Amino acid sequence: MARIVGGVTTSHIPAIGNAMTGHLEQTPYWKRFFDGYEPVKKWLSKVDPDIAIVIYNDHGLNFFLDKVPTFALGCADRYENADEGWGLQIRASFEGDAEFSWHLAESLIRQEFDITTCQEMLIDHGFIVPMSLMWRHLPEWPVRAIPLAVNTVQHPIPSARRLLKLGHALRQAIESYPEDLKVVIFGTGGMSHQLQGERAGFIDVDFDLQCMSSVINDPEWLASLSIDEIIRKAGTEGVETIMWLAMRGALHPNVNVVHKHYHVPISNTGAGVLVLENAT
Amino acid sequence: MSWKKHDYDDIPGTYVFDGKTAHSSYRMNKLLYSFNHAENRKAFDDDPEGYADRFGVTPEQKAALVKRDFLQMLRLGANIYFAAKLAVPAGVSVQDAGAQFQGITTDEFKAKLSAKGEDLQKKLARAGGYWDG
Repeated sequence: MARIVGGVTTSHIPAIGNAMTGHLEQTPYWKRFFDGYEPVKKWLSKVDPDIAIVIYNDHGLNFFLDKVPTFALGCADRYENADEGWGLQIRASFEGDAEFSWHLAESLIRQEFDITTCQEMLIDHGFIVPMSLMWRHLPEWPVRAIPLAVNTVQHPIPSARRLLKLGHALRQAIESYPEDLKVVIFGTGGMSHQLQGERAGFIDVDFDLQCMSSVINDPEWLASLSIDEIIRKAGTEGVETIMWLAMRGALHPNVNVVHKHYHVPISNTGAGVLVLENAT
Repeated sequence: MSWKKHDYDDIPGTYVFDGKTAHSSYRMNKLLYSFNHAENRKAFDDDPEGYADRFGVTPEQKAALVKRDFLQMLRLGANIYFAAKLAVPAGVSVQDAGAQFQGITTDEFKAKLSAKGEDLQKKLARAGGYWDG
């Protein structure tokens, strides 16, 4: 049976990708941020997952505004990264697991999450930056990956509570797969930031820390906020933080905190990292 | 017929990208989306007005695109992620754009961001359990 070895949350902003490409990890601006990922890398190497399910939002690489699926699941054998116009280095493609993806699709739709299935899906920085943070030191990606894209770009976007429920459904879907697979779930994006308008540069450290505490101990608190409230408290792009709840919902009600890190600012963003395991 | 009002409409300095915005700016965002391809970025650089005409954007949108006036583009409905496909290749980072939006220099914008981290250690200590090297 497939089982969830734990969940990771992380920012996915392009500035991190550029810092890795430019080998800036040990420079004063970046050091504390990148050092905070070393315990995550150690944990990953210990739990040695077979599959990473990556919850992220596409920023206009795979999806244009002609069709905007609220939830889109990769159901392909392979996923390519590509030029998204932002000057980011294009990274190696990921092997998928089509059988597992289609099992997830069936289970999620049976549980009334009417996701879009994608047999071709380009993966952008929202997916690539987290994977690079974890595994760029290895010659090849050590996991097969499944992208799960959530619309956080064009409103109306799904509610925070919907993301928590997606996580619950994802757990059932994963744990009903007969093959012995170790699965790690990444909830990416956030934390507070606003790129656009005269309010650009908005960051709220207190709100970010409240969100981190909520994701660990009381996901209901974040799930109960409306998207409007989250835009006010976390910024227009900070709403991405709702994707952390999908990771959290896939874990047990009680979790152990393996690692908790926060740094600010990274580019325009508050950057939090969590590694959570199911409490035994 | 009328567009629905939203609670977020009154957040200052904020252009939430919703159906109303997406509808009115579809062609401009389609133009910006085309910049995923290097040859289209070059075609725009070679002839910005001609390139804009091919997409049928409004005269106001065209003027903002040609001038790379990012705040005006936002006001006319550009999505920030799509606008970045014009900004970043032209050497305008998200922090440069943020500074432009506020009418300050990039250094001033960065200094405001850095100030967010000033009492970080105190806040993390109060919250408890955070990794610190």
